[in-house]
Amino acid sequence: MSLIRITSPHAHRPGNTGSVMLTVLMATLPGLAAMTFFFGWGTLIQVLWGSLLAIALEAACVKLRQRPVSFYLTDYSALVTAVLIGLALPPFAPWWVMTVGIIVAIIIAKQLYGGMGSNPFNPAMVAYALLLVSFPIQMTSWAGPFVMNGDGWAVVSLGDTLSAIFGTAGAAVDAHTMATPLDIMRHRGGFTTEEMWVKDALLANGIGAWHAVSAAYFMGGVFLLYKKIFTWHTPVAMLASLTLLATLSFLLMPDQYPDPFFHLTTGATMLGAFFIATDPVTSATSNKGKLWFGAGIGLLVFVIRTWGNYPDAVAFAILLMNLCAPFIDQYTQPRSYGHAKPNRGMK
Amino acid sequence: MKNTIRVHQFHGGIHPPENKKQSTGAPISLAPLPSRIILPLQQHIGLPADPIVKVGDRVLKGQRVAEAIGRISANIHASISGTVVDIGPHPVPHVSGMDADCLVIESDGQDEWIEHQGLPDYTQLAKPELIEYIRQAGVAGMGGAGFPTDVKLHLGDDHIVNTLIINAAECEPYITADDMLMRERADEILGGIEIIAHLLKPLHIMVGIEDNKPQAIRALHDALDKSHLNLDIVITPTKYPSGGEKQLIKLLTGVEVPSGKIPADVGIVCQNVGTTTAVYRAVILGEPLISRIMTVTGESANHKQNYEVRIGTPIADLLNHSGVDRAQMQRLIIGGPMMGITVTNEQIPVIKTTNCLIAASIHEMPPQPPAQACIRCGMCEQVCPAELLPQQLYWFAKGKEFDKARHHNLFDCIECGACSYVCPSNIPLVQYYRFAKAEIRKEDDEQRKADHARLRFEARLARLERDKIEKEERRKQRAIEAAAAQAAKKDAAFNKAASPATNNPTDAGVPDLKQLKSNAAIARTKLRKAEKALANAQDKGLDGIETLQATLKQLQLKSELAEKAYTEAQQAPAKSAAAPETDLKQLKSNAAIARTKLKKAEKQLAAAEAGGEGDIDALKAQVVALQAKSADAEKAYQAADSGTVSPVAIDTSALEAEIATLQGKVDKAENAWKAAVESGSPAAEKMAAGVEKLKEKLTGLQAELTQARSAVQPAATVDTSALDTEIATLQGKVDKAENAWKAAVESGSPAAEKMAAGVEKLKEKLTGLQAELTQARSAVQPAATVDTSALDAEITTLQGKVDKAENAWKAAVESGSPAADKMAAGVEKLKEKLKGLQAELTQAKGHLETNAEGKAEEAPAIDLKALKQQVSIMRTKLKKAEKQLAELPEGEDNASLMAEIEALRARHDAAKASFDAAEADKIAAAASEGIDLKQLKIDAALARAAVTKAERALSKAEQESKQSLETELLSIRAKADKLNATLERFSD
Repeated sequence: MSLIRITSPHAHRPGNTGSVMLTVLMATLPGLAAMTFFFGWGTLIQVLWGSLLAIALEAACVKLRQRPVSFYLTDYSALVTAVLIGLALPPFAPWWVMTVGIIVAIIIAKQLYGGMGSNPFNPAMVAYALLLVSFPIQMTSWAGPFVMNGDGWAVVSLGDTLSAIFGTAGAAVDAHTMATPLDIMRHRGGFTTEEMWVKDALLANGIGAWHAVSAAYFMGGVFLLYKKIFTWHTPVAMLASLTLLATLSFLLMPDQYPDPFFHLTTGATMLGAFFIATDPVTSATSNKGKLWFGAGIGLLVFVIRTWGNYPDAVAFAILLMNLCAPFIDQYTQPRSYGHAKPNRGMK
Repeated sequence: MKNTIRVHQFHGGIHPPENKKQSTGAPISLAPLPSRIILPLQQHIGLPADPIVKVGDRVLKGQRVAEAIGRISANIHASISGTVVDIGPHPVPHVSGMDADCLVIESDGQDEWIEHQGLPDYTQLAKPELIEYIRQAGVAGMGGAGFPTDVKLHLGDDHIVNTLIINAAECEPYITADDMLMRERADEILGGIEIIAHLLKPLHIMVGIEDNKPQAIRALHDALDKSHLNLDIVITPTKYPSGGEKQLIKLLTGVEVPSGKIPADVGIVCQNVGTTTAVYRAVILGEPLISRIMTVTGESANHKQNYEVRIGTPIADLLNHSGVDRAQMQRLIIGGPMMGITVTNEQIPVIKTTNCLIAASIHEMPPQPPAQACIRCGMCEQVCPAELLPQQLYWFAKGKEFDKARHHNLFDCIECGACSYVCPSNIPLVQYYRFAKAEIRKEDDEQRKADHARLRFEARLARLERDKIEKEERRKQRAIEAAAAQAAKKDAAFNKAASPATNNPTDAGVPDLKQLKSNAAIARTKLRKAEKALANAQDKGLDGIETLQATLKQLQLKSELAEKAYTEAQQAPAKSAAAPETDLKQLKSNAAIARTKLKKAEKQLAAAEAGGEGDIDALKAQVVALQAKSADAEKAYQAADSGTVSPVAIDTSALEAEIATLQGKVDKAENAWKAAVESGSPAAEKMAAGVEKLKEKLTGLQAELTQARSAVQPAATVDTSALDTEIATLQGKVDKAENAWKAAVESGSPAAEKMAAGVEKLKEKLTGLQAELTQARSAVQPAATVDTSALDAEITTLQGKVDKAENAWKAAVESGSPAADKMAAGVEKLKEKLKGLQAELTQAKGHLETNAEGKAEEAPAIDLKALKQQVSIMRTKLKKAEKQLAELPEGEDNASLMAEIEALRARHDAAKASFDAAEADKIAAAASEGIDLKQLKIDAALARAAVTKAERALSKAEQESKQSLETELLSIRAKADKLNATLERFSD
């Protein structure tokens, strides 16, 4: 056997980017399960439909770019994007909403920038933000959690869900759609938060479903931390800054601002903190930078939720901080071994 | 076993599979004696060693075969006994895979040691000698880079070494050489540490060892119990790369070696544990570094174990000895899997730094899968022991943004490979960094070269600029000189031609004609242009037609005038000079040629007559014929000459020239006669007769000249100038003669009296000429102006001479020369002369002032300029000379320079005086018409200021420079007085 000549190192840890992505996918399973459990088949169908589209589009794009298709498909990054969009969309969103979202995410936000690793913005969040701006009605009609119904488990049958998503028979699920807790809290008219907690049925009875889903995402995130897929810096900084601001405002005016727990456990806070803000491609890269990046997201989430026009703010906040990431990188170089202080700025 | 001191942490690090157990099963065994060894001349950092044996030499085991060159280098010794068979390039263990110079020794199988002896009582030796002893043994770092150990041992000289760290971490997977060494030879290690500690005198000694070597730790502890060494064995957690020098230092001391510094800068010296045994063997046993412990391992090796291997053993021997399955072996690595290098040639030898040989199978080290895109996951950052941002460095290296890479501390990368190890995208990160580093080094090199070139270029430009300036200055100097020459010429021309206005226009007729013609042509062209413009303007109805018409009219007038002038000029010379001019010249030269021929013939005749030889009759006939010819030519010339109106001027000048030549002849003849008389030659009488003849001829000519002059009025001006020059020449002769006479007097020569007579004669002549000059001047009115200036110049020259003479006299007085008295008389005489001239000048001036107010103005103006120029030239020369003098080193002979300066100064003063006089004249003239009294006043004030300044300078000046200052003061004072006088005159 002829000897090969190659420079060091000669040892390599097993695994590749595909396995990283698979781990992330695995970590989304509790969240997916919780969503399906509380909100019906819709989320699962969205995820599957989105994945199908994403794989097809990714393959088409890679082929057009004349690169080996299987090599690129097995990094599973398209799949992660599709799953994240699927988890973020309302369960009964029509099929074309997901289709538009995947086209935007895979083609525009990712492949047009050069594929995995080259996109400045998180593709899932680009898609989500575009859909939210373009189709506000479809994007804000959320399914009601089953716990609110007295008669038990399956709120909407699989068949009804499928026809609601892929057919025109939206009427079957209309009765089961409602706003999200964040939406309700936003448009509460002249009522105080205290009053809303009592008055609104969802907030009074259905909020537990949201808590459970957030907890599931949190578990997935902890799993990823344990697997060292990402470091603690971004999620902790994001959750901490959000908690801090929410606590301060709640302590100052408890009847006007929801409590911090509400901020942490509703909307996409946990999904964003552990699965989207931690996207390494689009976030700041050094540990210090990740702290700033996460804190910025937390701040923006609170600001947009409180004073903005949209019910949830995670997508916008992350996109805005994606914009800042390269700048943050310039000023958050770590102090290298043997250096008195870190280098800053550009050269 | 517990650590007694705290272990710190370094950032990052990885835990690759250790793969160490495989090779620790068997004890260290001696590798078989190789049949031949290959010793690379460079097995260390620094300069390669220089071979000191030749091909064919027999060498013994332990014999030095190559010696260190320079401070950072190491000796190389034969590890077997045998014959040197080759010195040349062979494959060596280097990452480049290139060959390098090696010594090849064929074994004789006897393994015969050279005589060697240890130094058990090394403490008796002075430190430098002990270090030299270690250097002689060729000990170099055996851990990684192979830094010559003696250099590190010298660190105690200029650094304060607090801590000695023995690196026994051995963090790379697979390698167990140090582990086994510690297990089996702990005593040697401690012995080596003792020697190193003796040299460095550290306060604290630490052995850093990873916790995956418990047996080694135990062995060290056991050995330590028996030793009196005081050291700490520090157990560190197993983590790659804790064996990196900087990382181990951080682990054991918490101190970071500053970027770009060495550990000794923070009081720490690191030595590899293998090096300590080498030191021990070198010092205690006297064995140079000829063998080392190394691991042979890898899946394709049958016996994975450690060997004591002779340096230079080809790795093929070891592979064979270990039963490596070549079919299975896919990657052969020297060193560890993280930082080792692959080799493809089994003839590559083991060197001092070779600690491991991994014969890896494809299962063990599969080829790297293709790299995926970097997702900036940051895993590399988490493991980087240098705390860099490998993901960013990767982007910068890939994008060739080397500035940014450098800014992100690329050069702090130790290339440990941890980042590549963890990269999920399988990006060969370290290769990117090596690429970037190499590129940056190349860029820096090029930058350095470019800077060098730029500096050289700038220096060249500066040099060229300097040359240019110097050239320019030289050119200016030349221009000044040329201007001076021009001015002198102009002066002469001026003197000769008087004012062109008063002179005959035919003189300038020829060039004038051309000028006039071109003038007329230009005027015509201009006129046509103007006409065209006018027509154009009229066509288009433009503005300004009236102005154009006016211009046209003017141009028409001008053109007409020019044409007229031209035609007039054309017609005028046609009548008079233009044609005869050339004829006349021809005739004149004909006459001159005839004369010359005649003279030659006459000379020949005379010679023949004197010698009484040759065909005298023939010669006589020839002379007669020539005489006739000459007379003819002369006649023709005179006829032509008299036909014209003006050529009288030429006539007289020709006459003058003739007279001058004749006079020269007379002088020569007289001299020859005198010489003859002195030497008592019989030819003297004849000569005297010749002289008489010549004199007669001269008188005749002179009479002719006077006649010609009196006949022609306008030529008078020329006359005087000619006279002037004559006088000047004569005066020069007088001076020369006087000098000669003085010299003669001084030297007591008997010829002095005769000379004195000659001088007297010359002087008489001079006076005669001067009288003539005065006469001529009084006769010619317009020439008066020129006259005064000439007189002025004469006076100044004379004054210079007076000064010179006075100086000489003073010098003579000082030196007590007997010639002083005579000299004084000479000076007196000169002064008298000067006075006479001055009187003459005043007379001439008075004459001028009363007679030629208007006319005089133009001439002095020109005069003044020329004079001024002269003054400035003189000043420049003077300054130059003075500078030269100043630059002359003290004690050198500067007398000649001084004399020169004196002369120059005199000349300068003279020029200045003449200038001043002329200026005063001008001012007077101007003032008489009421011009600028103010300026005068200012000048006067300035002059007064200059006087005070000079006075002050004088009072300050030392004795030496006093004299020159005094003269300067005098001249300035004179100037001031003069100005004041003028001022007073006018302010009344």
